[in-house]
Amino acid sequence: MKSILIKNGRIIDPSQDLDQPGNLLIENGKITGLCEATVTADEIIDATGLIVSPGFIDLHVSLCEPGFEEDETIESGTAAALAGGVTSLGCLPNTSPVVDDRSSAEFILLQAERAANCHVYPLGAITKNQEGKELAEIGQLVAGKAVGFTDADRPIDNAQIMRCALEYTRMFDRPILNRPQVAELTDKGQMHEGFHSTVLGLKGIPAAAEEIMVNRDIALAELTQGRIHLMCISTQNSVSQIRRAKATGIHVTADVTPLHLTLTDQMLENYDPNFKVLPPLRTQEHIDALIVGLKDGTIDAICSDHTPHAAEKKTDEILGADFGIIGLETLLPVCLQSLITPGHLSWLELISKLTVGPAQILGLEKGTLAEGADADITLINPDIRYILEPTMLKSSSHNTPFLGKELQGRAEVVIVSGEIRFRAEN
Amino acid sequence: MNIDHEYRTDISSGWNRKHILGLQDLSRDELNIILNQASEFKRLAAIGETKLTPLAGTVVANLFFEPSTRTRISFGLAAKRLSADTVDFSASGSSLSKGESFVDTAKTIEAMGVSYVVVRHKTPGAPQLLAQHLDANILNAGDGTHEHPTQALLDIFTIREHFGKIEGLTVTLVGDILHSRVARSNIWGLKKLGAHVIVCGPTTLIPSEISKLGVEVSSNLDDVLPRTDCLNLLRIQFERQRGHYFPSIREYAHLFGMNKQRINKAKENVLILAPGPINRGVEITPDVADGPHSIILGQVSNGLIIRMACLYLLHLQRTASLGTPG
Ligand SMILES: [Zn+2]
Repeated sequence: MKSILIKNGRIIDPSQDLDQPGNLLIENGKITGLCEATVTADEIIDATGLIVSPGFIDLHVSLCEPGFEEDETIESGTAAALAGGVTSLGCLPNTSPVVDDRSSAEFILLQAERAANCHVYPLGAITKNQEGKELAEIGQLVAGKAVGFTDADRPIDNAQIMRCALEYTRMFDRPILNRPQVAELTDKGQMHEGFHSTVLGLKGIPAAAEEIMVNRDIALAELTQGRIHLMCISTQNSVSQIRRAKATGIHVTADVTPLHLTLTDQMLENYDPNFKVLPPLRTQEHIDALIVGLKDGTIDAICSDHTPHAAEKKTDEILGADFGIIGLETLLPVCLQSLITPGHLSWLELISKLTVGPAQILGLEKGTLAEGADADITLINPDIRYILEPTMLKSSSHNTPFLGKELQGRAEVVIVSGEIRFRAEN
Repeated sequence: MNIDHEYRTDISSGWNRKHILGLQDLSRDELNIILNQASEFKRLAAIGETKLTPLAGTVVANLFFEPSTRTRISFGLAAKRLSADTVDFSASGSSLSKGESFVDTAKTIEAMGVSYVVVRHKTPGAPQLLAQHLDANILNAGDGTHEHPTQALLDIFTIREHFGKIEGLTVTLVGDILHSRVARSNIWGLKKLGAHVIVCGPTTLIPSEISKLGVEVSSNLDDVLPRTDCLNLLRIQFERQRGHYFPSIREYAHLFGMNKQRINKAKENVLILAPGPINRGVEITPDVADGPHSIILGQVSNGLIIRMACLYLLHLQRTASLGTPG
């Protein structure tokens, strides 16, 4: 395998608290370390003006295969991941059939290997067929290399099932990922409940729908000593509950999407279904609290929550449209816009939420540029500005409100296991 | 006769809206233009001029994706009074053929030479969507729980007719504010014209943060009655709400129903509106509904002229934008 020298970049590696200009050498798929610019290598990448970062890790992504290939395939989804600078991702089990046994986890791995884009880590279902009734074969799924367990977009309603899941997974030291939303309060809801839902005449989803289940999950994590990871949290009270729980040593972690750090419920005023997401876009006060939570470590990771839907499922009418948008390819620019440009986070802090944080949650030995680590690297161009055109997207679905909008920042070169797998087109 | 030239300059000058999607968008002046235009049509009707010709040769499509016989008949008749041809399309959202979207259906119908589209749909924002995709002028006939501008305009017209003004009046909307498009449109319109608006109903049926619209919120009808000039009783849809939003019809009628005793607590000249169809004995007792304060049937006839005014103004905008001499 050939060696690669990345010259004259700004090397940012939160795992070593590193932010300095330098040169990085890669040999045999591993990171050799920092070196002089004069070192010889088979290939030299000039990284002047670029940030050299560990490859991003996306905690949970819908790749839709098998069963929903009209939305996305493992091949198209991982290509989108690469284009977004993501070198490892957790693949949600919300396929058809659901990933609730060993062979289906192995199918994901096989397809990911064939696609040869980024690393894919299967997440297994917590319950059989994601029905929330009986535990899936969690031990078998672990044998099939599942790194965590989740019923994806279906919260675990039954507290007893959740308790058992948290207790059972302790045997394997794997996290349970839950999307906290109390079904009775989200039923038929379209957007955040507040002033704008009142004006627009759309049924609201109150912040309490999330906070009640956050509270329950924390209580169950305390009871069981299991590991709970709360996906896509979006409210002020969720942040304070998680902060308090962490302070008392409960094993709780959380992620947030860039969307919920950038956009408010006001965006729905033109009824654009591309703003219809779960949890719903909230208000500025909630955004402010999420940013504080990111800064003080209450929120561990930022996640794209990539949710592809073919055009016919994201209908024009808002009531009929499915929830969710694609996020892999806008992950970096939207984080830049909402966190770096206004000065909320430093690059070191942001990259930490995209690398170290998610690696720890899923227990991956990834997200570092330390000597001997796998050479998964993202070169970031922080200054480039461009209009996002549909033709730029590698994802098969185009459900994003950012189409036609000006974005700043992108992944310029992405290296996976020491191979250059992606270069941005000019 | 061609009434077109007689009054368009004095009544309708200043109108350049392409669509009427809701009262949230309209200015005070625009609201007054519609109301004055309606008065003019009412005057003409009173002197026997019921068949007017300004829309002759044009086609108005009534697209009703949600059943409503009364509203559909009112819009259809308004178009015919202005000599337009009409196309009716009724379908429940689900009976659209698979894969054909709402916008596609509307475009197909538009292609039949339609200039004006009246649309009723269960999805909030459906008229906005058509406005983005069609060349036709769009008139919202009710979109889900969002707005119902012509119903609110006819309520406001009726109030103005009765009191001679809107400014300074206290109007109380009673009932299910949460699910009512009529309430939302009424609030926008009445506030812009200077009324004090009270929303009154069970706390479960008052949407969050509605006070930010500048309305007073109450759950005690007896408290607000003595200050109220006009009561607008919204229809309660019992089949949907029983057991969740309030315990029983009996209890609702007890707390919010308009009956004889309550009339005695109200101002002497209180006006009672009900967009109907009313549940007699619930929102209002029969003696009050048929009594001197209530103007329910008057509302229905005013609905026709309001819809004529809206269609006529959209027509003026269209001919002006096409550069055709009126
Ligand atoms: Zn999908």
